Amino acid sequence: MKRLFVLLFSFLTLTAFAEAPEEGGEFQPGDMITHHIADDYTWHFADGAVVYLPVILVDNGEFKVFSSHNFYNEHHETVAYDGYALEHGHIVKVNEAGEPLEDHAGLYDFSITKNVASMFVSVALLLGIFFVIAGRYKRNPKAAPRGIQSFFEPIIIFIRDEIAKANIGPKYERYMPYLLTVFFFIWFNNLLGLMPGGANLTGNIAVTLVLAAITLLITVFSGNKSYWKHIFATPGVPTWLAPIMIPVELIGILTKPFSLMVRLFANITAGHIIILSLFSLIFIFRSVAVGPLSVAFATFMNFLELFVALLQAYIFTLLSAMYFGGAVEEHDHAEDHH
Amino acid sequence: MLLAILLQAVSEGAGLGIMGAGIGAGLVALGAGLGIGRIGGSAMESIARQPEAGGKIQTAMIISSALIEGVTLFGVVVCLLIAIA
Repeated sequence: MKRLFVLLFSFLTLTAFAEAPEEGGEFQPGDMITHHIADDYTWHFADGAVVYLPVILVDNGEFKVFSSHNFYNEHHETVAYDGYALEHGHIVKVNEAGEPLEDHAGLYDFSITKNVASMFVSVALLLGIFFVIAGRYKRNPKAAPRGIQSFFEPIIIFIRDEIAKANIGPKYERYMPYLLTVFFFIWFNNLLGLMPGGANLTGNIAVTLVLAAITLLITVFSGNKSYWKHIFATPGVPTWLAPIMIPVELIGILTKPFSLMVRLFANITAGHIIILSLFSLIFIFRSVAVGPLSVAFATFMNFLELFVALLQAYIFTLLSAMYFGGAVEEHDHAEDHH
Repeated sequence: MLLAILLQAVSEGAGLGIMGAGIGAGLVALGAGLGIGRIGGSAMESIARQPEAGGKIQTAMIISSALIEGVTLFGVVVCLLIAIA
């Protein structure tokens, strides 16, 4: 067991720097970090272990599918292919000379990027694990949990009892599928992002935007009469204040998911940046003496990130449940608002 | 000393924005530290007074630290954008 840990640590510390700076060039920590946290058309595990992911383009209604390997020549320089080229991590149209065109109308990029591929991995993992668990409960609901089921049952019970029941109330069952899905999706993807060579999926603002938007839609569509009454005619507030109160309340609907989005994005991205910065120190000082210190700090940060991965999944689920609870809550007592 | 650093930063021009991002990050850390520190301190006190309510206090503590952290991270993102751009 101890040997396994040692192996794991050396692996964790090695692969973060599998991509060595180009020979002769000055080491740029900023470039290295942005490259690691950004989305990409290739999945770079280590030098020599690169997966070139498919590029799928829709150009004015015409499908184009080819490997992103075509964008790189044998010296790892980017080249144009079939009228397209990579520019600052995006695909643009180019002319024969390889210069980007001004007009990109009608070009849509549906490529399987690193983040999308990583999401597929996590979805396969989630489906695999939870179909097994759900199948066992269906077949014999009275039996004691066994195997992987015993690991996940307390977590599911925790989400049901401490998050859903405590914050939503009697109508909690309708929201359980979403809460469980979002919890395990965020948690699994946070953990996959911490793996060596992992993609920074939950640290991508587009992904967190979609998650927060789903929470917003569920909140708005499950809002009952008293929820909307509190927004458009807040009890206990004089009518002449309505021109101020209604815009504030409407903005309030949007700021909740907005903060969900930024919280998850910034937490995960910040964790990645801190770990990569600690490793960069070795290369900035160009000294072996900095190595052990930097590795010790980075290991500590990695453990902290393991905790943050769980905490952020918990916070996202908890706050979503609180927003749903606020939307379905029944206000029978008028005296509550005095 | 500080004045000299400031003057140098001004004369270089481009460095000023980066300096702003650094100072901003420091201020953000200060604010978050104060806020979450207060929550943690009060939660400790309340748990010590009433250990049986520990679970509820802990949940409330995590929620309010998450809310503070959310605002803090807005600041962090702004600093990050300045530093990268």
